[in-house]
Amino acid sequence: MHEILQYISSYLTSDKTPGAAGNMFWVLVYIMLVFTGLSVAVIAMNWLERKILAHMQVRLGPMRVGPHGLLQPIADAIKLLLKEDIMPAEADGFVFWMAPLIVVLAAFTVFVVVPFGPTHAITDMNIGILFMLGVSSLSVLGIVMAGWASNSHYPLIGALRSSAQMVSYEVAMGLAVVSAILMTSLNASGTGTLSMIGIVQAQFEQGEWFVFKFFPLGLIAFFIFAVAMVAETNRAPFDLAEAESELTAGFHTEYSGFRWSLFFLAEYSAMIAVSSIAVTLWLGGWLRPFPHWLIGTPWDQIFSLFPGVTFLFLAAICFYNTVRMPKHPLFRIQTIGLAGFGVVLGLIGLVLFIPAVSVRVQDIFWFSTKVAGFMYLYIWYRGTFPRYRFDQLMQMGWKVLLPMGLGVLILTAGVALLQQNIWHP
Amino acid sequence: MLIGGIAVITRKNPVHSALALIVALLAQASIYLMLYAPFVAGVQIILYAGGIMVLFLFVIMLVSIDRSMKERQFNSQWVVGMIAATALGGLFIAVYTKGKSIFPDGVPAIVEGDNTQKVANLLYGQYMFAFEIASLLLLVAIIGAVVMAKKRI
Repeated sequence: MHEILQYISSYLTSDKTPGAAGNMFWVLVYIMLVFTGLSVAVIAMNWLERKILAHMQVRLGPMRVGPHGLLQPIADAIKLLLKEDIMPAEADGFVFWMAPLIVVLAAFTVFVVVPFGPTHAITDMNIGILFMLGVSSLSVLGIVMAGWASNSHYPLIGALRSSAQMVSYEVAMGLAVVSAILMTSLNASGTGTLSMIGIVQAQFEQGEWFVFKFFPLGLIAFFIFAVAMVAETNRAPFDLAEAESELTAGFHTEYSGFRWSLFFLAEYSAMIAVSSIAVTLWLGGWLRPFPHWLIGTPWDQIFSLFPGVTFLFLAAICFYNTVRMPKHPLFRIQTIGLAGFGVVLGLIGLVLFIPAVSVRVQDIFWFSTKVAGFMYLYIWYRGTFPRYRFDQLMQMGWKVLLPMGLGVLILTAGVALLQQNIWHP
Repeated sequence: MLIGGIAVITRKNPVHSALALIVALLAQASIYLMLYAPFVAGVQIILYAGGIMVLFLFVIMLVSIDRSMKERQFNSQWVVGMIAATALGGLFIAVYTKGKSIFPDGVPAIVEGDNTQKVANLLYGQYMFAFEIASLLLLVAIIGAVVMAKKRI
């Protein structure tokens, strides 16, 4: 018993990720935490997407199920679990069953290396970014299998289109990633790194987020990645393969109930995963804004107040909407529910003001905020841009983004060489 | 890996064979990992399992499967096959047991963290010429594909 406690507490003073320290107990704890956080994030994304899309289209979105539709995702989940599980007649049973499994596995395994903080990752592989790109390219296989196993022409065409699109934009993504990795090697020792935590630490050492480095090269690389990642996850405006009016939901047409929800879960997880890559590579990962310019105690204290203030702000919005609820006896439960939710958010905010908690949560908070910004951008794109036709989509991937990526890579390498040799000999 | 490999050649359905090949390639990546080559493992997953197999699956799915599944699977050359397999297996065993001098001594003390840097140094330093020739090969393949797929020259 004492050895078990010793094993558990021996990690608490280390400065490595649990995977690097080899501590299996904490690895499992972190895996559970990341999995839970991801599930909560996907549920929240479901609600947020419907509400934000609705507000952008000057309507209200789900309002009935809970106060302001807050229980809508739970209702959706229950509905999907209770639906009948249909398999098409001539479908290939094994492949039909395996396809959502592969897509979900690939989408969730990626989070093993996502760095929420300098020690807050499940593990830190020294090929972290390569692992993320590789495993997310395995989800293409699942989509192809799903389309083929459904034994019907809409899913087949949808799957082939979707996988062609994903493979082409993976090339553009890879080039943008390479030019960011190149920037990690501009430090004192001249050696770059592929590990996710190493990339953020390189940004910290070089004193600027890579999106602003060698202006405008970092920005263009970031832009290429931002466009390619939207195409990679089959989201608007690149969602021809799964749009309702085009191909009756594409490769997941024949899936119902729980299997469909697996695809849906995998899509949102993939969105969060590629946003994490973008945040880590270009936007400084877990670093707070201006880590080198605004230093010193007053600025540190101001920035450490941000997590608590955010939650208190959300609680204030809840209370404001509670007051605005209709004063009808049938709405009493919803009003009480919304007020309770506001109280919970406020309590979380107050807890986050405690210095012991706030010090640990800082990194995770800044990382999550930046990823949340990307999620908002995703929803914004869906509400704003018209859909690309498939040939326009492929043309953009190969004829526009790929040459841009190559150009940025060559220019970044050139400027990096100049900086190393001429400006700092 | 063995199961994947055997499944590739024994399945009647070509899509099942392709999936078994994916399993075999992923097992290959893990073998690379066990040999302290994480970069090669990562690139294997990205390119082979995530790129090349997708293209394989494209072609398999666009070709009608029913005809190939109804074809009678024949095995009439099994005598020659067995002789060849035994010969190859005997060669492997002979090299492994008698030819210990070919292999490097024991497990080298490889630092896993350096694999990417070492591969990069070798590829762009010592083997630069071979690298450029390989890219020329790929260029020839691309030009051939474009010429064959164009409607008019």
